[in-house]
Amino acid sequence: MDLNFTDSENAFRRECRSWLEANVPRESLPSGDTKEGFALHLQWEHTLFEAGWAAVSWPKQYGGREATLFEWLIFEEEYYRVGAPSRVTQNGIFLLAPTLFEFGTDDQKERILRPMARGDVSWGQAWSEPNAGSDLASLKSTASRVEGGWRLNGQKTWSTRAVFCDMAYGLFRTDPEQARHRGLTYFLFPLHAEGVTVRGVDRLDGDEGFAEIFLEDVFVSDADIIGEVNQGWQVTMATTSSERGLSLRSPGRFMATAARLIDLYHRYRDRSDPVLRDEVIQAWMDAQVYRWFTFQTVTRMTQGESIGPDSSMNKVFWSEMDVRTHETALAIIGEALELDEGSDGAVDGGHWMKGFQFALAGPIYAGTNEIQRNIIAERVLGLPRK
Amino acid sequence: MHFAFTDDQKMFRDTVREVLQRECAPEVVRATWEGRPEGVRAVWGTLAETGVIGMTASEDAGGMAMSELDLVLPLEETGYAALPGPIVDTVAVGIPLLEAAGTDAQKERWLGPAVVGEARIVVSFEDQAVVPHAASADVLIAQRGGAAYCIPVAEVSVSPEQSVDRARELGRVAFEVGAQYRMREDVDAAALFALGRERAALATAAQLIGISRRMLDMAVQYAKDREQFGKPIGAQQAIKHRLANALIEQEFARPPVYRAAWSVATSARDAGIDVSLAKIYAGQAARFVAKEALQVHGAIGYTIECDLHMWMKRAWALAAAHGDAAYHRERVGRHIL
Ligand SMILES: Cc1cc2nc3c(=O)[nH]c(=O)nc-3n(C[C@H](O)[C@H](O)[C@H](O)COP(=O)(O)OP(=O)(O)OC[C@H]3O[C@@H](n4cnc5c(N)ncnc54)[C@H](O)[C@@H]3O)c2cc1C
Repeated sequence: MDLNFTDSENAFRRECRSWLEANVPRESLPSGDTKEGFALHLQWEHTLFEAGWAAVSWPKQYGGREATLFEWLIFEEEYYRVGAPSRVTQNGIFLLAPTLFEFGTDDQKERILRPMARGDVSWGQAWSEPNAGSDLASLKSTASRVEGGWRLNGQKTWSTRAVFCDMAYGLFRTDPEQARHRGLTYFLFPLHAEGVTVRGVDRLDGDEGFAEIFLEDVFVSDADIIGEVNQGWQVTMATTSSERGLSLRSPGRFMATAARLIDLYHRYRDRSDPVLRDEVIQAWMDAQVYRWFTFQTVTRMTQGESIGPDSSMNKVFWSEMDVRTHETALAIIGEALELDEGSDGAVDGGHWMKGFQFALAGPIYAGTNEIQRNIIAERVLGLPRK
Repeated sequence: MHFAFTDDQKMFRDTVREVLQRECAPEVVRATWEGRPEGVRAVWGTLAETGVIGMTASEDAGGMAMSELDLVLPLEETGYAALPGPIVDTVAVGIPLLEAAGTDAQKERWLGPAVVGEARIVVSFEDQAVVPHAASADVLIAQRGGAAYCIPVAEVSVSPEQSVDRARELGRVAFEVGAQYRMREDVDAAALFALGRERAALATAAQLIGISRRMLDMAVQYAKDREQFGKPIGAQQAIKHRLANALIEQEFARPPVYRAAWSVATSARDAGIDVSLAKIYAGQAARFVAKEALQVHGAIGYTIECDLHMWMKRAWALAAAHGDAAYHRERVGRHIL
């Protein structure tokens, strides 16, 4: 065990820090879940890519730096520490790319990765359907064989930022004879093609961050399948741990939130009481513990262990921590918490209330926390399924 | 950055686990409750043979000169077994104190016997009058008025106090604060006892992790075995989610404990803060797991017949020992706010 960063890890941190401090936009960008904000965020993604910071852990040939997992965590810490813009490319870079690295062909990686990381082609996730949420395997959208490819039909929903995206990925039923998990295939498909209708849906915070996707005979070629036909479930599950754990929610984000909470606490100290003080301390400690938990996990990964269902514990922890932290912030702000973005009296630009609303989604997306607890009970503790 | 134990450290843990599984079954803990500590004496001997008791002693003293980092996993196992006896006092705190502050005569008399398991050390920090296992120990190391003393227990007055965890055998200690017991005066006793407190809190946190794990194991096993409504209670989602929550609490308490072990072992900056996090999370997890485990057991868990109670009571006692959550949270608060 050595809990010091190595010299080269420290050097990497300094390099990240100095570039980010020099380049991160001074003014924070409008929400990336709005049309205008999304475009501005993509410009920022482009800047990141040009300097080689868009996807630090990727191979150099796709625009990465071949950073180790620890270096990637360091990059994230620095990224959030300086308050850099949220990553609107995350569904591509952090969720689709790991799948491509594991199951994609060379041609797919060549075609997809660079434009994704440059912010030229943005990706939405299309798993959920109106009647397939937690029970994703019951999904009904289909792909039928036609000359030279497939035709997609059906409806997807809750697709984050899809109304601003160019492409999406998701599961489609390719063998209607087979039940549930079998007979599904992982497809990439265009959002601006014939037969596709994308309708934005306003989220709780008022941004048009969700979309419904209607597909009518949308053509895709064989080259748009990831992995084998009818193996889509396995492909999807192999990388769900990315979403539950590490790559979607690295500790840097929560450490930065905790640091901002402490700053808020100091500014509103006259409003505070011992209970709030304890909650602030707890929030800081939770972020620390999440960081060390992650370092432990990443060490296991670098030793070649697979994390498997353990990632469900991660997901429950970060999502519930994030809610508590924001609740504490709102309790410190008090009455002014209702003053929304754009109001003069809004504390920190209304940022905490917006963050709180988004934090509330954490226990829902990426597999609800009830589902994670089922997974922990059944697959980690070995309790009977029925 | 590398956050994992070595294969050697894990192997040593496994050895200790096997010893305790063999020699410290719940009946042995129960016997201590009933005033028959002979079984524990035997385990202590085996642990000494295995090298656990002398882990922290220098090689000159016949020990293994190991650090907190080597110690946390074996200590976790002692929590898992609910081993009665002053292992934290002797191994984590006492032997290092004796080596650092003992006079030649004191070391001559106590160090060798401690390492081979023949002398058990208990420690009384300043203002700490009640000491677990004092009556059955052989030597007391105490801080009084800032100075360090080393007193044969035979010359200490020990009046019994009743712990909710009878296996802790509490005793109120009093002794004549005399020059004949003074430890070396050319050492910084305050600093050594301050470090001793960190070590005690850390070691207790490590035991708490093991205690949680045992209670959770018991509850999971019970949930698989016990049937109601024609199926195992563990098939019910309400039970599953309780146990899943217990596991999350327990697993998130590990990294702070292991990190604190590293920090103390390497004298890292702010090691005390890391110890505070360790103690808070390990204590919180153990108290939480205790509650969930009891609920999963139903009425049988609410008896003295069921072994669970011995671990619950140990959990409650240790969660508050060597700084409870409020104490440690305050220390963290002063550091960050
Ligand atoms: C902010 C946000 C972003 C999202 N982004 C995307 C995206 O980009 N792409 C996409 O495809 N989807 C996305 N989703 C959708 C998300 O994946 C689903 O919301 C999630 O899978 C749950 O499905 P559902 O909403 O249909 O709820 P349901 O499955 O209907 O669940 C409703 C409630 O019932 C509980 N429940 C359901 N089944 C069980 C069970 N077996 N045991 C116990 N409790 C159960 C759930 O935990 C939940 O509390 C997003 C959601 C949010 C909130």
